[in-house]
Amino acid sequence: MAVQSLSGGSLSYVQARQSDPLPPPTLVRGPIAWARQNLFSSVPNTILTLVVLYLLYLLVPPLVRFLFIDAVWTGADRAACREDMAGRPVGACWAFVVDRIGYFTYGAYPVAERWRVDVWFAMLAFGLGWLLWLKAPRRDIGAAYFFIVFPIASFVLLTGWRAIGLEPVSTAFWGGILVTLLVSVVGIVFSLPFGILLALGRRSKLPLVRLACVIFIEVIRGVPLITVLIMANTMLPLFLPAGITVDRLLRPLVGVAIFASAYMAEVVRGGLQAVPKGQYEGAMSLGLGYWRMMGLIVLPQALRIVIPGIVNTFIGLFKDTSLVYVIGVFDLMKTIESARIDPQWAAPTVSNTGYAFAALFYFLCCFGMSRYSLMVERRLAAGQRR
Amino acid sequence: MAAMAKQTSTTAKPATGEPIVQLIGVNKWYGEFHVLRDINLSVNKGERIVICGPSGSGKSTMIRCINRLEEHQKGRIIVDGTELTNDLKKIDEIRREVGMVFQHFNLFPHLTILENCTLAPIWVKKMPKKDAEEIAMKYLTRVKIPEQAHKYPGQLSGGQQQRVAIARSLCMSPKIMLFDEPTSALDPEMVKEVLDTMVSLAEEGMTMLCVTHEMGFARQVANRVIFMDAGQIVEANEPNEFFRNPQHERTKLFLSQILH
Ligand SMILES: Nc1ncnc2c1ncn2[C@@H]1O[C@H](COP(=O)(O)OP(=O)(O)O)[C@@H](O)[C@H]1O
Ligand SMILES: [Mg+2]
Repeated sequence: MAVQSLSGGSLSYVQARQSDPLPPPTLVRGPIAWARQNLFSSVPNTILTLVVLYLLYLLVPPLVRFLFIDAVWTGADRAACREDMAGRPVGACWAFVVDRIGYFTYGAYPVAERWRVDVWFAMLAFGLGWLLWLKAPRRDIGAAYFFIVFPIASFVLLTGWRAIGLEPVSTAFWGGILVTLLVSVVGIVFSLPFGILLALGRRSKLPLVRLACVIFIEVIRGVPLITVLIMANTMLPLFLPAGITVDRLLRPLVGVAIFASAYMAEVVRGGLQAVPKGQYEGAMSLGLGYWRMMGLIVLPQALRIVIPGIVNTFIGLFKDTSLVYVIGVFDLMKTIESARIDPQWAAPTVSNTGYAFAALFYFLCCFGMSRYSLMVERRLAAGQRR
Repeated sequence: MAAMAKQTSTTAKPATGEPIVQLIGVNKWYGEFHVLRDINLSVNKGERIVICGPSGSGKSTMIRCINRLEEHQKGRIIVDGTELTNDLKKIDEIRREVGMVFQHFNLFPHLTILENCTLAPIWVKKMPKKDAEEIAMKYLTRVKIPEQAHKYPGQLSGGQQQRVAIARSLCMSPKIMLFDEPTSALDPEMVKEVLDTMVSLAEEGMTMLCVTHEMGFARQVANRVIFMDAGQIVEANEPNEFFRNPQHERTKLFLSQILH
């Protein structure tokens, strides 16, 4: 408008004619533009894209065919999963997993008592939910439940107690997902507090405490988990007075807890180092003693910083629990190993199906942990910006 | 409190009474480095001391020895009748009586302003949460930021954070306040709000030791200005005399550098 009204005047520096609008930039939106910008922006990029596409082409269709299209979903025994008997190409034999899911879940836990394991799963889910749901009411009670009530209740429930009508079940019968979760939860629940104590000890002013913690951490970290487990299995009884036997399941529990603590200690130490000195001084100047300073000021900040490292350790620990099979504990992997050679289910794809099931189980659990930690990080970052 | 606030000139009020902080022949080394040399200083109840001196002269180290954030190796430090030794219990007792304000505020970033202020009363003094919050709000009102109580430190300006830090210390009702360059990390326009808070604190009769180069503040509230250099107290004098008539060459040089 202004341009028009001035165009007749003598203002030579004013453009007399409205300039044409610039042409719209080509292809900034849409899938083709996106692909051009991100996948084919240069020659090396294009080559990489093509290679990746080719690999996906090699991998995905056979996998989908094996897992879903050719899969057998129902059946009572190997007949359903053998090409010669079923008369069609056979992929994953999910019928085997369905048939054996009880064994994979509970191991040899007596069928009549399996409801106790179900109750335990429910209690575990309840406790985890309470703790992990950030806005849940009274999370302090939740923590008390998870770290005090739940372990005691688990012990009574799973091992049994005649006085209240629960038949004792020897740990030799426990197995499958029950054992995998149990070992993981024990490892996770113990490794965090012990790891924190070890990390604090390693930074202690008292030379003996420091030395003890350094030796413990370095020795455990310098030894493979398998070794720790075998040592826990064979050596733990040697350290105890004669006559006291340690439960065969308790041994790997102790081993895993010790192993995870040493790793956790190093993760936590990294967090402690990242808390500025001023925070310690601010706390001390207010008269807070060592434990209050650590518990109220330093650790909350340190742990927040290392949430990714903590979750990473948890994920590693969760997967590493599968190693307990080397000392004869029937975790999920071991139950699959023994079920897949059962003649009743002797079929070519049964083993792979079992492994696929295990992979799926581990993946879902670990992916869940990873997503949860990302969510917490984002939430905390939004809560307090520096 | 009201009677004290009426007082017009704070320098007119002589600091009387018995010494509440005494440093007697205090020496400290960092390894080979002799950072404090034979420090003798006696501070009376209600006295306001300003400590100045070139960077690295040991000012921070000296006042940090008073609440044992640093350990001295020789000599005696007596605070409110208690000598500082390795006895951890006594150290915590003294820290309860001595508030400290730092150059970089040292607020707790994971706690709200209110929680920063109530933390020590609740956990150290075992005060019920409600009472602690009441007191915290009282002091936050005094430093003029009650409306920020539920924010986090990171959401406040530097001047506001430093005022919160002062309020946080006051919530423990300390007998002595230590300030270690409380305004040096602030943008210029925020210095005044913090100094005003400190002046009003001085007017109420708080015993204060301030490391600062704010000479206007020193003139207005200090009973004594202390000049430190190379780990020694070189000169100590009443502020007018200190600025008008410095005795030592080093003091003159320092003053000429900061009061062009
Ligand atoms: N933790 C420490 N270790 C070694 N030297 C230190 C330490 N803290 C301070 N110093 C040294 O002590 C001297 C005095 O420091 P400081 O009291 O902070 O001086 P000021 O506060 O007067 O600037 C400086 O030279 C400093 O480098
Ligand atoms: Mg300093």
